[in-house]
Amino acid sequence: MPYVPHTPEDIRRMLDVIGAPSVASLFDEISPAMRPKSFDLPEGKSEMDVLAHMEALAKKNVCGQVSFLGAGFYDHHIPAAVDALSMRSEFYTAYTPYQPEASQGTLQAIFEYQTAVTRLTGLPYANASVYDGGTALFEAAMMAVRHTGRRKLVVCEAVSPIYRVMLGSYTSNLHLELVTIAHKNGVCDLAALTKAIDGDTAAVIVQNPNFFGTIADFSALFDTARAAGVVSVISVYPVLQSVLKSPGEMGADVAVAEGQSLGLPLSFGGPYLGIMTCNKALVRQMPGRMVGRTVDGEGRTGYVLTLQAREQHIRRQKATSNICSNQALCALRALMHLCLLGQEGLTRTAETCMERAHYASERLTAIDGVAMLSGSAPFGNEFAITLPVNAYQVIDKLTARGYVPGFPLGRYYAGLENALLVACTEKTSMEQIGIFAEMLRGTL
Amino acid sequence: MNTVFKKSTTGREGVWPAKPEKTAADLLPKELLRGKSAGLPSLSELDVARHFTGLSKLNYGVDGNFYPLGSCTMKYNPKFAETVAAMPGFTRLHPVLPQLKGAGRLCQGALEVMYETEQLLCELCGMKAFTLHPMAGAHGELTGVMIIAAYHKDKGNKKTKIIVPDSAHGTNPASAHIAGFEVVNLPSKDGIVDPDELAKVLDDDVAGMMMTCPNTLGLFEKNLPKIVEMLRSVDALLYYDGANLNAIMGKMRVGDAGFDVVHLNLHKTFATPHGGGGPGAGPVGVSERLVPYLPISRVEKLEDGQFYLNYDFPKSIGYVAPFYGNFGVVLKAYAYILRLGKAGLIRATENAVLAANYLRKRLDKVLEVPFDRVCMHEFVASACNMSECHVRALDIAKALLDKGYHAPTIYFPLIVKEALMFEPTETESLDTLDQFADDLIAILAEAKKDPAFVTGAPRTLPVSRLDETRAARNMELTDDL
Repeated sequence: MPYVPHTPEDIRRMLDVIGAPSVASLFDEISPAMRPKSFDLPEGKSEMDVLAHMEALAKKNVCGQVSFLGAGFYDHHIPAAVDALSMRSEFYTAYTPYQPEASQGTLQAIFEYQTAVTRLTGLPYANASVYDGGTALFEAAMMAVRHTGRRKLVVCEAVSPIYRVMLGSYTSNLHLELVTIAHKNGVCDLAALTKAIDGDTAAVIVQNPNFFGTIADFSALFDTARAAGVVSVISVYPVLQSVLKSPGEMGADVAVAEGQSLGLPLSFGGPYLGIMTCNKALVRQMPGRMVGRTVDGEGRTGYVLTLQAREQHIRRQKATSNICSNQALCALRALMHLCLLGQEGLTRTAETCMERAHYASERLTAIDGVAMLSGSAPFGNEFAITLPVNAYQVIDKLTARGYVPGFPLGRYYAGLENALLVACTEKTSMEQIGIFAEMLRGTL
Repeated sequence: MNTVFKKSTTGREGVWPAKPEKTAADLLPKELLRGKSAGLPSLSELDVARHFTGLSKLNYGVDGNFYPLGSCTMKYNPKFAETVAAMPGFTRLHPVLPQLKGAGRLCQGALEVMYETEQLLCELCGMKAFTLHPMAGAHGELTGVMIIAAYHKDKGNKKTKIIVPDSAHGTNPASAHIAGFEVVNLPSKDGIVDPDELAKVLDDDVAGMMMTCPNTLGLFEKNLPKIVEMLRSVDALLYYDGANLNAIMGKMRVGDAGFDVVHLNLHKTFATPHGGGGPGAGPVGVSERLVPYLPISRVEKLEDGQFYLNYDFPKSIGYVAPFYGNFGVVLKAYAYILRLGKAGLIRATENAVLAANYLRKRLDKVLEVPFDRVCMHEFVASACNMSECHVRALDIAKALLDKGYHAPTIYFPLIVKEALMFEPTETESLDTLDQFADDLIAILAEAKKDPAFVTGAPRTLPVSRLDETRAARNMELTDDL
């Protein structure tokens, strides 16, 4: 039997020591009434047959398209060394570093990850990660609720609609008030957000670049929030943080991000990485694991899980969160990715994505009837265009020709049925952009 | 070892893309740009390779070390599952593809994997339907409790409490609390849930009860049928924490036993290495009456054999994940279940229980085993018998590290003093179990003669015991603090 090494002779010896007549007798406490009514699973297969079966399923997916899909999840180049190094079994087959002396590799890597992400967001503290950008945003909102003792969350409608649905689901039983402030043609309505903040508000929640790809400076909004005792929460795109004004520079209290763009494949939705950073006043509200630096008895530097009094295994229902694991391997990959690219590599990546997106916007809006949804608002790697027809119509036609043109904004925004969200990465070539534009022109 | 940031050398080239023609300053107004560089390091690929290879050598992992960490199921995970998860036909799929109406045809293979995995898990657990969306065990718990809340809300029940036995994982009460419930703690009797104690706290306000079976003492909850009956009498739902599923595959099905909700830790039972603490996956299964409340989307099969995502479930709790959960982990679980098949899964459970009982008998003369009867896949011992020589569970754990073993889980569950929780799993050979028992027995004998031998451990690792108080006080959480 694969992966079970015990021979019949081993089993006999083990049963003798236990003093049990048979393996079956070890399950005697499960009464006949509780036994399975059915257990109709397929017979096992050889490794070769399973791999062939999985290859056949993988082939049913069509992956060769040129894609302009983003919507917060981007197809970046991942240096080969990320795979090679992160697959080392000492990282891969270890668990949570509860025994720090035997886990310094994992612990130091998390410490370095915490350092790298705080440098990107410009806020001083980070946790060891949570599941994804959406759960990070929810956890950030809950940090604000605990910190302020208030129950209203003011959310910009240009925050990812996927995350806003998650936020709505998670808070449905928590007696919180979610106030959504409408976007204006894909741009955050800073005046309306500022006006919505009051003495009952726990947090104001924004995203940069927002879901439509437009970029803003939230410094003034965050100033107003601070004066009203409101926690400022911002969700960012880590690749562009190499060049964009950082949450720290804007005066944010908590910055979160989806870390998929740092060394993780798209992989149909996961595993991804929820990055969380915050200022000092909020650090004890942070959920999940955190690694700190210390010394051993001989004065040697070492790393441990710290501030564990926040966590569920100590505090049970009084914990800051129910989260137990983090996404350690994903965080390790993100750290490796950032180290392999470095400051220069990440900046070049961001600038390349932006350069391509700006070129694409020029080419697409040169077509009759196609315009930028947000007019001349600044944008980075992604932008929304309006079409003379329903966006799904264009998606259907172009996808059939091997080009996935983008994300239909009508999927989440009523009234934007003709709008398409288009993303570029460093993998998008100028030539592909040209073909896309010509195909679109021919379709309309 | 120095941090990677200390190894940075200005000008050293990493894996850089070609330099673009335009800079950010050409494309955006200055007030939107960073004033100060993020200060990521400049390193060559070899610098990075050597740094992380060096770090990896400071870790214990299952491939190199026996890792009997109770409650975590640190079994050997076969490598072919990694080959599957790395197939480009899966890794390159953008998650919004199936939402683009006609583009669902581009990801039929992935949707089929999700559909088939749900079917297999339903049969394995005796549940009506599964969602793969929750991204970890605790996330599955939260999802499950949210489903319980939605059920009662829909029925017009005013329920405010969730019962959690004192032997439960800490995530259970925390998940119930995060979902908006008041947590009622239930004391165990003789290591298991006692119906008389349950009767004292059970009333009409109880929405549900969260159980782990076998529980965290490794004991089977024999009173389960009675507990199910009691909960039904007040329309309370029974939640199964599937962290310990490795103990019961083919021996008991959660649904048949009367549970309404279950989460599984795919990474524990089904072939995903734990990666230093994640990622995992925590699918949730439900009985028929809870199906309407499952998270959206749900994958369905049309008559023509095509798969698609259905978002039209008005009573659903909504999204718990941005997409369909940790698909990469689901792939490994699916491939592993196909590889082992029915007989292989039953064999895994049988040998996990056999190994735990064998190790328990090898150690019950040198350590206290508070509930020294047949256990399931793990057992809890206590180091209380070492207290006269001032040796604690922590010291024994550290001495085991010196011998090249990862320590068992210590000080959990909280209801056993000086707890040491051992879960050997089915993949460890008799030789390994014997060598481990011999070494642990020798450690305890040496500790009785010379307590300093263990209280000063570990001595052979890169660091000795670390000052955790200092870490918490100084809060040096990054290289910049």
